[in-house]
Amino acid sequence: MKLTESQVRGIADLANLHLSEEEIARMARDLDEILTHVDKLNELETKHVEPMAQVLFEAGATASLRDDVEVTPLTNALALGNAPLAGAGFFKVPKVIER
Amino acid sequence: MDIRTLTIPQIRAGLAAREFSASELAEEALRFAHIENPKTNAYLTFSSERALEAARSVDRRLARGEELGALAGVPVAVKDVIVTQGLRTTCGSKLLEKFIPPYDATAVERLEAAGGVVIGKTNCDEFAMGSSTENSAYGPVRNPVALERVPGGSSGGSAAVVAQGTAVVALGSDTGGSIRQPASFCGVVGVTPTYGRVSRYGLVAFASSLDHIGPFARTVEDAAVLLQTIAGRDPKDATSAFAPVPDYGAAMRQDVKGMKIGLPKEYFAGLENETREQVEKGIGLLRQLGCETVEISLAHTEYAIACYYIICTAEASSNLARYDGVRYTTRSAAAKTLAEMYRLSRGEGFGTEVKRRIMLGTYVLSAGYYDAYYLKAQKVRALIARDFAGAFESVDAIITPVSPFPAFRLGEKLDDPLQMYLSDIYTITGSLAGIPCMSVPCGRTRGAGAEPLPVGMQILTRHFDEPGMFRLAAAFERAGGFAV
Repeated sequence: MKLTESQVRGIADLANLHLSEEEIARMARDLDEILTHVDKLNELETKHVEPMAQVLFEAGATASLRDDVEVTPLTNALALGNAPLAGAGFFKVPKVIER
Repeated sequence: MDIRTLTIPQIRAGLAAREFSASELAEEALRFAHIENPKTNAYLTFSSERALEAARSVDRRLARGEELGALAGVPVAVKDVIVTQGLRTTCGSKLLEKFIPPYDATAVERLEAAGGVVIGKTNCDEFAMGSSTENSAYGPVRNPVALERVPGGSSGGSAAVVAQGTAVVALGSDTGGSIRQPASFCGVVGVTPTYGRVSRYGLVAFASSLDHIGPFARTVEDAAVLLQTIAGRDPKDATSAFAPVPDYGAAMRQDVKGMKIGLPKEYFAGLENETREQVEKGIGLLRQLGCETVEISLAHTEYAIACYYIICTAEASSNLARYDGVRYTTRSAAAKTLAEMYRLSRGEGFGTEVKRRIMLGTYVLSAGYYDAYYLKAQKVRALIARDFAGAFESVDAIITPVSPFPAFRLGEKLDDPLQMYLSDIYTITGSLAGIPCMSVPCGRTRGAGAEPLPVGMQILTRHFDEPGMFRLAAAFERAGGFAV
C-alpha cells in the first residue's frame, strides 16, 4: 500500500476537506490504485528535460499586460451577491478571535 | 423548419427569406427542448426569457434591414461550467446549486453579440471532472442515440442537445477530452481549439494549463462558424493568444489532395475492433480524396494518462480551494468555527470524483512528493509535446480514434475510477500538447444484434492550424465520411 488511512486523513486536512470514515477507506483504495499506475512515469529518464508548465507561444514579455486605465469593477452588492452570509458590505464568517 | 436538422446557413437563409422569424425559431427550440429533456436530462436550466429577448432583437434588426451577426437567431446551449450573468451556473455541483454569476463569460458575450440565442445551460460532470456525465449532482445525462448509455463526458449535456436537435450548436469545455469524447459518443462534431485560441474568462477553472472552451455542432461548418465567433485575444484572459484568427470558411473550401496524414501506431492497438474498423474506413476515404498516409510513432503515448492525472488534479486542488463556504452560496449549517466552515462546507458540497481529485492533487503537490510527481509529470508532458512537434515536421495532420470504444452503459465504469481514466487515452495527449483537435462522426458500429453506436475520428494539427483541421474535416464530411 502506498497510502495508509492515516496519511489519507493528513491529506484531507491539508485540503480542508471533511471525509467520512467510509470515504477515507475508499479514498485510500482508489488513490493507491491510481498512484500505482502513475509509477509508470519512473520508467522514463527525465533528468535533462525542461518541465512544461504551460503551453506557451511567441509573444513579447509584456504583451499580456493591459494598459493602466481605470475599469469599473463589480459593485460591492454584486460581489457579495452569492455569499451565504454577508452584512455591512462584507463577507461574514464565524468569529475567529475571542474578545 | 425542422429544428433537429437545421444548420447555421439554413437559419441565415430562412431568416432572410422570412420563412420563419428568430422568435419562432427560439420558441420552437424551447418547446422541443422541454419535450425531450425528461428523456435525457441534458439541460439543467432553461433561459427562456433571455432567449426570446435575444431572438426579438434579431427580428428587430431584420425588420430594419440591418446586417445580421454570424449566429443571428441560432439556438445555442452552454455547458454549465461557463458563467452566464443572472443565469444559474451550477458546474454540475450541489455546492453551486444557487450560484447566479454576476457577469458573462467572454465566449458567451461574443456569441450573443453575434446574434446567438442562448436557450439553456447543459448538464455535465461536476466541475467537468469525468468521462460519462454520471458525476453530476443533478443526475446523469442519457445518450439520445441510445438512452441506456452514457453520452460521454464531461460535456455530455452539450453533446446530447446537439445530437437530439434541441440546440443547433453548443459550447463545451475540454480539459482532457471532454468535448471530443462526448461528440464521438453522440455522433456530432466537437472541436478543442489550440490552447489559448478561445478566452477562458468566465470558464470555471478546473485545470488552468489544460482548460479549453470549444464548439459542438452537427456539421463542420457550423462548428467553424461558432469557433470563428468566439476565438481571439481577450484582455480579460492573459493566456488567450494574440495570433490573428484566420478565415475558417476559406480553409474549408480547399480540397485535401496531397495532404500528408500521420497515423500513430500507438493509437491503433488496444481498441475495440469495430471502432478500429470504422476509423480505418474513414482513413480509406481520405486516401481516396488524395491524402497520403504514413505510419508514425508518438512514443510517449503510454505515459499520457499518468502524466495528465497528476497535472490536472494538482491544478484542480488549487483551483477548487476557492469553494470555502465564504463566497459561493453554500455553507455547512453544522459549522461552528472557521476551520469547520471550510472542511464541512467542502465535504458536504463536493461529490466523490471531485473529492478524489482534490485529494490526489493535494497529495502530489505536498511537501516531499512535489518533485516525484508534479515536476516529473511536467517533464513527461514536455516529452509528449515534443513527440507531436516532431511528427508535424513531416505530416500535415494526425488521425486517430477518439475513444477505444463507443458509448458504454450507464453505471458500467462508475465504480472503477482508474478504468474510467484509462478510457481518455486518445484525447489526453493532444490536450497536454495544447494542439487543436476535433472529433468528427465516422459511421457507426454494426455488431450482430447490437444497436449501432456512433464512432468518432480524431483530427489533430499543429498549434493554431485550425484551418488545416477544418479543411480535412470538411472534405471528409462532403465525401460522406460521417456515414462511412
